[in-house]
Amino acid sequence: MSQKQEEENPAEETGEEKQDTQEKEGMLPERAEEAKLKAKYPSLGQKPGGSDFLMKRLQKGQKYFDSGDYNMAKAKMKNKQLPSAGPDKNLVTGDHIPTPQDLPQRKSSLVTSKLAGGQVE
Amino acid sequence: MIPGIGAFTQDTLWCFSQVKGTMETGTTEADIISTVEFNHTGELLATGDKGGRVVIFQREQESKNQVHRRGEYNVYSTFQSHEPEFDYLKSLEIEEKINKIRWLPQQNAAYFLLSTNDKTVKLWKVSERDKRPEGYNLKDEEGRLRDPATITTLRVPVLRPMDLMVEATPRRVFANAHTYHINSISVNSDYETYMSADDLRINLWNFEITNQSFNIVDIKPANMEELTEVITAAEFHPHHCNTFVYSSSKGTIRLCDMRASALCDRHTKFFEEPEDPSNRSFFSEIISSISDVKFSHSGRYIMTRDYLTVKVWDLNMENRPIETYQVHDYLRSKLCSLYENDCIFDKFECVWNGSDSVIMTGSYNNFFRMFDRNTKRDVTLEASRENSKPRAILKPRKVCVGGKRRKDEISVDSLDFSKKILHTAWHPSENIIAVAATNNLYIFQDKVN
Repeated sequence: MSQKQEEENPAEETGEEKQDTQEKEGMLPERAEEAKLKAKYPSLGQKPGGSDFLMKRLQKGQKYFDSGDYNMAKAKMKNKQLPSAGPDKNLVTGDHIPTPQDLPQRKSSLVTSKLAGGQVE
Repeated sequence: MIPGIGAFTQDTLWCFSQVKGTMETGTTEADIISTVEFNHTGELLATGDKGGRVVIFQREQESKNQVHRRGEYNVYSTFQSHEPEFDYLKSLEIEEKINKIRWLPQQNAAYFLLSTNDKTVKLWKVSERDKRPEGYNLKDEEGRLRDPATITTLRVPVLRPMDLMVEATPRRVFANAHTYHINSISVNSDYETYMSADDLRINLWNFEITNQSFNIVDIKPANMEELTEVITAAEFHPHHCNTFVYSSSKGTIRLCDMRASALCDRHTKFFEEPEDPSNRSFFSEIISSISDVKFSHSGRYIMTRDYLTVKVWDLNMENRPIETYQVHDYLRSKLCSLYENDCIFDKFECVWNGSDSVIMTGSYNNFFRMFDRNTKRDVTLEASRENSKPRAILKPRKVCVGGKRRKDEISVDSLDFSKKILHTAWHPSENIIAVAATNNLYIFQDKVN
């Protein structure tokens, strides 16, 4: 008898749980999105929105080319290729040394804003 | 119907007035508008861009012949405010992008504004010259020195009219006071001081003194590993020169009183809405980060903008906002991709209308939203070249969340997230708004009957 009850109860509970989760996901699309993100990037930091973001934010400026580092790295690597910049050129990660190819073009002579030219509409 | 400043009754219709900027696709980064601000009378409208340039538009006098056209804004002055710099010590490039422009109230014939990039604030004087002295004794008309031996008579130089020339000159440069990136500047109601805020510190300046500033807020922890929040925006109270607020990346606002102590690390008031812990997700803190904070003109309320909402807070109630408006809640189910493409970090601004009855903020797809605080009605409008016929009435837009999409609606998946309206401005007393859509500036007015 009791066994039967135990069998029954889990089914009921699962039913309720299911409803609960569905409700929760319905109410919290954020959670579903979070699950998606964690699935894509399992190594994503435990601390949500923690100091990683803030550190990145504080170091918004670009790291520029340092010829000393570059030559040292070149000497170490000898014939090997230097690791090239990843999609996010702003981050200096690992052994990546900024190379001349990574630098943005310096701005040419300053031009008047297009808002100041053209017809008044 | 009660007419009034900023009245947003059923009958308020917004019309296209002007658009500035080019239509060409493939925008150069430098042309992206990064700040928009009316001056205190609404006569002038300033924009700053990523290229460090400021363009000021002036409203033309309304002519009696064209009663249906309210004064249009035409270019008044343009100048290069900031240039790219290089911090050699840290090997960092300092962007010339203008983060904020704030006008000073007009006290004489000249106009003054503050403009700032990440590191340096500058005070610019914009003045008109329409007369030129002629008839010098020692110089000829081209400015070359005359041989004194040839001068036999004396004459008095006279001022003669000339074509109007508008000059912008930098009067003060407030540099080297910020280690981190300046996000806000705010002119104090005493008109003698102003503040500049970066991620971790806020400094108080006197307009006359450029080599010193007072540090009034410092939230830098002794150990940077313990950093949990940064300052995102700051503003002085419109009337009380001792009071200011600053917002944080954790969705909180602190109100400080400079009379309490020299360093205002201890707040006078702390505004935070309690969060249901069961609702917490990875994104919670990121989307609660406040991107803009603005006092109402009355000084009784503050408005904050976070990623999905705009909130109005009563200064007398710290434990929750009195009003919350959903800007684009349908994005909640898109947070994963918005995180991946960095859009979740976009910093939208918000503005009050002149009578504090309507608030406005931007969204994606060149949409912007207005919320009437009295009627609780809201509208979504679009800044696009397609609705650019003079005095064309803007049609309200609607985003379809799911299911059947009506003909006029646009589905969430079709939204263009590269077309973001981050910066808008509202004329101080009239229903005229300026909306920055990437490299174009739209000016809309309410329909004149």
